[in-house]
Amino acid sequence: MNNPKPPARIDRRRFLSGAMQTAALLALAGCDNLSRNDWFPSLLSKTETLTKKAQRALSSKKAMAREYTEADRSVVFPANGNSNPEDADYQAMITKGFADWRLEIGGLVEKPAGFSLTELRAMPSRTQTTRHDCVEGWSAIATWTGVRLGDLLDRVRPKPEARFIVFYCADPDEDGDKYYESIDFDEAYHPQTILAYGMNGQALPVAHGAPIRLRVERQLGYKQAKYVMRVELVERLDNIGGGNGGYWEDQGYEWYAGI
Amino acid sequence: MQEQTPQTESQPERIYRHALPVRIWHWINALAVFILIMSGLQIFNAHPALYWGDRSDRDKPLLALRAMKTESGEVKGVTTVLGHPFDTTGLFGYSGDKVRGFPSWATIPSGKWLAMGRQWHFFFAWILAVNVFLYMAYGFASRHVKKDLVPTRPDLRNIPTAVKDHLLLRHETGEAAKRYNVLQKLSYLGVIFGLLPLIVLTGLTMSPTMDAAIPFLLDLFGGRQSARTLHFITCFLFVGFIVIHVSQVMLTGFFNNLRSMLTGWFTVRTTGAVHEQSEAPGQN
Repeated sequence: MNNPKPPARIDRRRFLSGAMQTAALLALAGCDNLSRNDWFPSLLSKTETLTKKAQRALSSKKAMAREYTEADRSVVFPANGNSNPEDADYQAMITKGFADWRLEIGGLVEKPAGFSLTELRAMPSRTQTTRHDCVEGWSAIATWTGVRLGDLLDRVRPKPEARFIVFYCADPDEDGDKYYESIDFDEAYHPQTILAYGMNGQALPVAHGAPIRLRVERQLGYKQAKYVMRVELVERLDNIGGGNGGYWEDQGYEWYAGI
Repeated sequence: MQEQTPQTESQPERIYRHALPVRIWHWINALAVFILIMSGLQIFNAHPALYWGDRSDRDKPLLALRAMKTESGEVKGVTTVLGHPFDTTGLFGYSGDKVRGFPSWATIPSGKWLAMGRQWHFFFAWILAVNVFLYMAYGFASRHVKKDLVPTRPDLRNIPTAVKDHLLLRHETGEAAKRYNVLQKLSYLGVIFGLLPLIVLTGLTMSPTMDAAIPFLLDLFGGRQSARTLHFITCFLFVGFIVIHVSQVMLTGFFNNLRSMLTGWFTVRTTGAVHEQSEAPGQN
């Protein structure tokens, strides 16, 4: 220890590693602070528009999500979110086998209309075995049967100023706020966008959104609204719910869920 | 001041090592990769398990980070790799008294917040992708790739010696230190033309819209869940690269290397062996 040099080097090393640890901690705390202020998340969220435009430019309007075979189905298809809505009106509908249920389509349309489950089943149907990609990261495959949303929209004749299709659902969260979702016309008229009343060859189970759920196959799971009760065509989304176009969108998730 | 004079007289020579575009690229990339790794682990924590194929069959994960209650009622973090469980309490599965895949110090944001993790991830994913594209365009146009990165024939013949030298922590000096050595060239090429495109493409394969636009992506990687697994593995190849890269930077003269990537200027000793004094140039 007579030589002054080695301690000096250790000090430098200690200083360096100390400085780097401090910098790392500050950087982490900085990231957390940035996540909670106003301007930074709004800067980050600019990406959503960029991603949507880039993805739509890269994919044709009719680009189809991959369809699988029945052998590819998941043995267990997880029922995320609500699996049995705690809502008195909804529970009454289950008891009656959805006999009195009607899907009302209104808002900015020429001819508002209501459809019973029997009427929907009588319309031309589409059956598709597709992959459901949850925002959490998992995927499950099932076969869905339903009526094309585009066919229903043609019947009610959207007004020119209508820009979005909003789906109001029966399932409330702990605070009583009900689930809702919205899509635009590009997605609504896509051939694989259906209101499904059947799953894997059976009637759609309650856990998966009986009597009907939306399937938007090129977007993530939270767009696939379950327990759809009413459809409304609107010009803007900022005056509905929390103003972001959907239940999860109001909690900070992207409205465009193509990625 | 207290510098030991090396045996042979050595002449410090300043060379201009990194062109401005490379330096800008390097630091944007470093920032983006760090944020992408940590926000990526936040996203992974929303479902901390990996699978192969199109579906995620929950009974067949390749990797799962879970929390389990022992008989005594205590909670343990358990990492299961290909069916083999390991106790990883405090690190994976359970840390900071919380059930979470990766611990809070490894994720952005630190707490569980998937929506915000996604916002960070996609913003910096765009920066990374554009940055990589610009670098590749520059690298070919300026012949940087060909001149500085593609190994020469003598380089390739020298691989065994280079491996031995690296393991013995013997580093180039003089003329040889002015260029990248063969292992540096191969690892930089591997990162730029291997890992970076792979991480971008496997990331895109997780996007349902991209799968509809380019169905070939699903065939290329064997399904969406396989792509997610490959994305995760590539992420940890990046972590491995960063650990080796930063330790080499430290071993071969931290301040000299740092200065060269900030200002472009790198100091080389033209003669004299400075093996033991590998930090010497930085102390000038």
